[in-house]
Order: sequence, then C-alpha cells, then structure tokens
Amino acid sequence: MAARRHEPRGFPRQVLDSGQSLLIIFAGVLLIAGVAQTAVLGVNDVRAALAFGGLIAFGELLRLNLPGDREAAPIATAGALAYALLTRVGDTPAKLGPQQVIAVAAIGMLVGALPHLAVGRPARLSAMAARLVAVACVAAVFRGLENHSMIGHDWWSELPVMLSLVILAWLVEALISALIRTDQLRGRFGVTLLDELHVQLPLGAAVGASALLISFAAEVMGLAAVAVFTAPLLVTQVALRRYTGIRATYLQTVRALARVTEIGGYVEAGHSARVSKLAVSIGRELGMPEPALLELEYAALMHDIGQLSLRDPIPGGATVLVVRDEQRRIAEYGAEVIQQARVLNSVADIVRRQSDPCRPADRTEEPPLSSRIIRAANAFDDLVGSSVESTRAAAAVQRLRLDTASEYDPQVVEALSRLVSRRSVLGP
Amino acid sequence: MGKLSRIAWLYVGAVIIAAVVVVARGPFTGIRWDQVAVLGLLLIACESTATLLNSRSLAWSANSTASLASVILVGPVGAALVGCCTLFGIRRTPSLAHRLFNTGMFALSAYLAGRAFLLTGGHVGTPGPSSFPGIIGPFACAVLVHVFVNFSLLRGVLWATREPGIVLGRVGLDFKLVTTDIGYAAFGVLIAALWRVLGPFTPVLVFIPLLVARWAVAQFAAQQRAYEATVSALCQAVETKDFYTRGHSERVSRGSVMIAREIGMRAERVEAIRYAGMLHDVGKLGVPTSVLQKNGALTDDEYAAIQLHPMRGLDIVREIGFLDEALAGIMHHHERIDGRGYPMGLAGDEIPEFARVLSVADAFDAMTSNRSYRGARPVPEAVSELRKWAGTQFDPAFVDAFVAAIARDGWKAPTGADQAAGDVLSGDVLSGDLLAGYSVSGNGTSGKGTSGNGVSGNGPSRNGVSVNGVAGTISESARELDDPTGPLRAIESI
Repeated sequence: MAARRHEPRGFPRQVLDSGQSLLIIFAGVLLIAGVAQTAVLGVNDVRAALAFGGLIAFGELLRLNLPGDREAAPIATAGALAYALLTRVGDTPAKLGPQQVIAVAAIGMLVGALPHLAVGRPARLSAMAARLVAVACVAAVFRGLENHSMIGHDWWSELPVMLSLVILAWLVEALISALIRTDQLRGRFGVTLLDELHVQLPLGAAVGASALLISFAAEVMGLAAVAVFTAPLLVTQVALRRYTGIRATYLQTVRALARVTEIGGYVEAGHSARVSKLAVSIGRELGMPEPALLELEYAALMHDIGQLSLRDPIPGGATVLVVRDEQRRIAEYGAEVIQQARVLNSVADIVRRQSDPCRPADRTEEPPLSSRIIRAANAFDDLVGSSVESTRAAAAVQRLRLDTASEYDPQVVEALSRLVSRRSVLGP
Repeated sequence: MGKLSRIAWLYVGAVIIAAVVVVARGPFTGIRWDQVAVLGLLLIACESTATLLNSRSLAWSANSTASLASVILVGPVGAALVGCCTLFGIRRTPSLAHRLFNTGMFALSAYLAGRAFLLTGGHVGTPGPSSFPGIIGPFACAVLVHVFVNFSLLRGVLWATREPGIVLGRVGLDFKLVTTDIGYAAFGVLIAALWRVLGPFTPVLVFIPLLVARWAVAQFAAQQRAYEATVSALCQAVETKDFYTRGHSERVSRGSVMIAREIGMRAERVEAIRYAGMLHDVGKLGVPTSVLQKNGALTDDEYAAIQLHPMRGLDIVREIGFLDEALAGIMHHHERIDGRGYPMGLAGDEIPEFARVLSVADAFDAMTSNRSYRGARPVPEAVSELRKWAGTQFDPAFVDAFVAAIARDGWKAPTGADQAAGDVLSGDVLSGDLLAGYSVSGNGTSGKGTSGNGVSGNGPSRNGVSVNGVAGTISESARELDDPTGPLRAIESI
C-alpha cells in the first residue's frame, strides 16, 4: 500500500517510444555481449561474483519508488558499482574484466526482477536499462585503468578516480531518466534534468559512498564487507519507502478533502480535481520545477476551500461569476485555513492571491505564477465544466484571451491554448 | 536554571567534574593527534545532525560511532577527548548546563568504554589484518559499557530533574533505542578497520550513508507531521463553517487514541484510528445546512438525510489509500451495540472495532463540551453516563479502557472560550437520542484553536531541552506541550 504509484504514467507501457526502445535494446546488447564474453573467457573469482550478484539481486528485489513515480534500486546500484570498483578481495587482486562486471550486474538484476514478475508487477525495463548502462560506463573506464595498473594502490590515488566515476554513474543515470521523463511528461529537458539530479542527490550520495566503502572494505574484511555496508542503505530505503507512502497518502487526502466543497454543493463535482490537473499541465508547459508543481497541485486542489465560509453556495460554484470582493474574501478565508496547517505557507500564499488580476490596477506586486495559473485554470473550468467538446473549450480560451490585458496572464493563457489544441488533436 | 533542585545540581556537577578529572589525568603518550582531530570532527558532525524522533520526543545522533572508533584507535583518554567535542556541536541546546552535562556524559562513557576495551584484552592502535577476529570480543564489551554508562547517566539526570510528585514513566529509553545505539556503535569498528586502507577519509565515507539514512528518517517524520497538520487544519475548516463546536474532531481523535493505546492496539492501527477520529464527521457537509440547523422536530426525510452522513463521509475519504480500517470506523460510528444505531443497524461484534471506539470518544466529547442549552458536564458525570450506557449504546470494554485512561492521564475538556455558542439540534447524547450530540456552531468565530492545541507533534519541532545521551539526545518536542504532566516536562526547567 505504501509504495502505491500516485501519478499517472504518460503512456501505457506497451507503447514504448523509439528512445526508450533504443535504450532497452542497447542494454540488451550489453547483457548479451557481457555474458557471451564472460562465458568464453571464464569467470574470475566465482565466490566474489556470486556474492556481488546476490547483493544486486537482493537490491533489485527491494527496489523502491521515489516521489514522482521514479524507480530506484539503491542497494543493487551500490553493489554493482562496488563490484565495478573492486580492487582486492583480502590479499588477492581482483582482475575482473568489464564484461564480467556487466554480466554479473545484468544477471543479478534479472534474477531480482523475477519475483516481481511472478506476483504480477511488471518490470520497468527502461529504469533497469538506465541502471545497467550507468554501471557499464563505470566498469569500462575503471577496469581498463585498474587492470593495466594505471592507478596506484594508495587511497589518495584510488579515491579521486573512484569518486569521479561514482559521480559519473549518478550523472548518467539522471541524464537517461531525465530524457525519458521529458518525453513522457512533455516537460522541458533542462528543468527535468535539474529535478532528477535534485531528487537523486541524497540517495545517490549514499549509494556512491556505500559502493566505495564496500570496495575498500573488501580488502580488509573480505566479502563480509558486502553485507556490512549494506545496512545503512537498508535503513535509508525503509525510511524512504515510508516517506513515499505518506507523501502519496498526503496527496490522496488533500484530493479527498478538497472534495468536501463538492459534496457540500459549493462547487460542481470534479471541479477541484480538473482544475488541479489542468493547472499542473500548464505549470509543466511553462517549465516549472517539480517542487513548485507539487505546491501548485495542492493549491489548485484546495483553491475553493474558502467557499466553506459562504452561508449559501454560489450557484454551480462558479467563482468566475461573483464580484471581485467576494472572490477575494473567499480566497483570503481559504488561505487562512491552509495557513493553520503551518507547513503549507507558500500554498496558502498561492491560494490567497488567486483572485487578483495579473496586472493589479493599483500597481502592487503581481501575484505569483502559480496563482495566475490557478486563476486561468479555474476560469476555464467554470466556463467549460466537465464538457469535452473541443469547440466549447476553444471558445473558453478565446474568452480568457480577451481578458489578458488585465485579468489573466497572457503567457498562461497561451500555454492553456496549446494544451487545449493538443488535447483536441489527441482526443479527450 | 534557578529552578533546578540541589540534587540535580550536584548530579550534573559530579558528572562534569568526573569527566574533567579523567581527561586531565591523562596519560597522553602514544595518542595520535591527527586521529583525535578527525574523529572529533566526525563527532561534531554527528552531534550537529541530531534528528528529532517524532514519536518519543527524542533526538537521535550517531555520536557513539565516533566514540567507539576512537576507543580502538586512540584509547580511553583519547576517546574521552573526542567525547569532549560534543561541546562544539552546532545545534540548539537550551542552556550551557545541558551542553556541559552532555559533554561530560559522553567523555565519561567513552573513557569507561576504553577502559573496558583494554581490560578485556583489546589493543589500542590502527588495526591490521591480524587484529581480526580477536578484536571483536573486547570491542563488544566496550560497546556494552558505553551504552550502559550512557543510559545510566541519562536515567540519572532524568531522575534528578523530575518534578516532585511525578512518577518517572517511560521516557523512551526503551529496547529499540538501545538496539539502535548498539548498531551505530558497531560502525565504530568499521571506521577503525578501514583506517588502514582509507586513512583519514574513512569517517567521511562512513558518515555519508549514515547521514543520508538519518535524513531519510527525518524526511519521513517531517512529512508525517505535515500530513497530520494539514488534515487537522482541513477538518477544522469543515467544522468551523457549520457543524460542530470547534475542535470536536481533534478531541474525538485524541480520545480514540487513548482508548486504542489502552487496549494495546498496534502502532499502525493507532495511527489509523487517529485519522479516523479526525475525519469521522466529514460527511456532515453533505447534509443540508437547513436540516442541521433546524431547531424543531425533524421530518422523516430530514432524519434520513442526517442518517446518511456517515456514508457521505465514507464517500469523501474512500480514496485515501491507507485508511482501510478507518473507513469502516467512519461509516459505522453511529451504530449502537444494541443494534438501534445507523446507518446499518449493526449490533454487537458486527460493528467494526474502530467504530465502537469512535462512538465512545464521540459521545464523551459531546457531553463534556458546552451546549447552548446546558454547560459542559463535568468529566465524572460524563464518565458515569458512559458507564450507564455501556452494553446498550457502547461497547463496555472500550468504556472501561477509556475510563481507565482518563483516570490516569486526565482529560482536557474544552473551555468555554474555545467554543462558539452552539445550537443544539435535539436532546442529549445519551438520552436515547440517535443524533448523539449533534451541535451546530453558530458562526465559527470562536476563540483560538482548541484546548488540544493541535494534534500532538504537529508543531514545529523544537530542539528545546536536550539531555544528550543514548544514541544522542532526548529533547522535548511540541508533543509534550500537549501533556504538561508528562515526564519529560520535568527537565524543561533545567
């Protein structure tokens, strides 16, 4: 329950676009080449291969979802990187070829994914492929240097190389995931990449440090290092899983409670959900980063909570039809309610300014972008409602466009218009 | 500071002086100062990143990792010196006395652990391959001594600073925390073992995963607090508008949690019932205001509309994933044991456990709150009413549990200022009225908040009082503000 995916995927899984299929094919080729070459050359140090393969499979079994429907397998990644960076086990130098690292990592991942498949959870091939490619990059560089003894055997010569390779792996994985997400969510690549790096940073640091520790510790304590230095990652993983769970619950709860205005007859059914969906799409179209999008979503869901202060519901809940002072009062009350939670102050600000025109007559500061987005999305939904007719939507956009001189932000209305025309092409 | 009793002063003073003596006596021969410096920095880093644990108002840091590593690498005196770095931790402690006590305690624990390490045959210095596995036994002794001394000193200060007349209850020095501490301490041997291959970079590398682990735990706790605060704010918005006197949901939530704890529910179920309590009346928004505010007798239609509210509530909260069992509680909280409740008319054990708990807390809060037609009933009177209707309206087991919990922890009934003058739809809760305490707050401009001051733990975490120890620190968080008689309150006055 905790790891429930709470955001819709952009596409059904069957319809993988060419970029993703290319990635998966590339990973498949790596797998086959690695396994074939290892089979020909023979496995170097079977015990180590089994230990690390086991760790990778275990980590893959425990993969987790991060906020924003991302998949990560920190323990598997740490194990694979550590294997790629292994210099000695006890007193024996580890003379691994890169092909063996790739083969062990790939087989470990597949084995770890089997139980998931068995219980009907489909493997997310693109995420697995991204992880494998990152490991392969590290293995190719490091094994080349190490096996030709180009790195000394002191921590001050090994560590900088290893450190930069671990960072490289983190960058490669983030880059690939960002490419995939840009494609799925129609966001902007730069913004998506920054989001990705931001989300992956703490976990990436822990994974990288654990990988280095395991590979260094293997020299001192042999293969026991594999188990010992997995422990902090395990704790991290448990906590992150619960964190993701409660975050999902949080969103569900706000979604559910936002509906009290609908049940109370204050707004049309489905209004807050539609406005929030539309607002988030507009925000993404305008290149807002992920934390801001989350705030926007909360604010959009709760934008009508202030209507609870009205004694009698507005007919149909259409705030676009009531006078400005009344709108402002509703917004103010809503913001007060949200502010009571004390943790959502910026959301409260967004809600407070939602009824302000984008160019205030008294030349005060213009409302934040999120407020302007909610204002436009709310007006659009008040005019269109749950209707899916494209002519009606186009007419609504036209009406908003007429008001861009003072009321609505032209940039937001243009983004809305692009979304609407795209939707009418793709169908509802 | 002045409030500290003489015993407490003596105790804190003795700990600090003992630490000073130990450090001053030396000997300092053979201590590698570079290692002391690096480990000291590690300890400061650990100390500065102490996280508050939501559940027990405990802060928690990985100090013992650094202490135990220094026991192996630099011996007892060196470890005591490293322990002294606690003084420079970058975190807010309320007073110098705290800081000095924490420092003294850490230095002493580390010193005694070092002594135990030597006594059981350990060798001080950077371990090589030949040191294993021989080092494990002495190291284990050192860990146990460290944890024991640490906890004992901490217990001592909690005892010395307790308020008179309050029994020192559970303060969170429980089994789980001891195990966690031992786990962190065990990382000390890893730092020592890796020193040969990684040099002074070892603590940095070991510290990163630990830091991230603690960051993740803190993220979780923060998110949970945010969640609670948001749910509670939204519930208040709902009830302020039309229906209940303010704070009803929160008090019902608190009462249900008291019952749940009393009967020994698992922690996750207690959490679920906490939210069920907060959300139990959300469905009343679906009942037309005119019906709820009607003063005369209800027509059959209006009555039917009111009976629907638990179902409407269910409609709203159904999509909240984790509330599975809470859903049943919300839907059936107006059922009665004798089967005369609504919406389904379930009886006895057919009624879900959550619903039976909620109905007790719900009725009790309705009785002890002000109504326009009567003042709030005193708690003893409400208790006897509960007892009277146990078996017909309420589950007797839960009534007993609730009464026991109230007798022990007390009950904070809302004061008059907390409530708007409420109109009441119909008679009393327990006079056989199925409406069980509906009341309608006239305008919702009542005083600030409720007596409960929010759900426990939803305030900004305060790093207030801290007595460092354990895997770190005991701090008082906002949670204790809820319960001024709680044991941790005692040390607030240091």
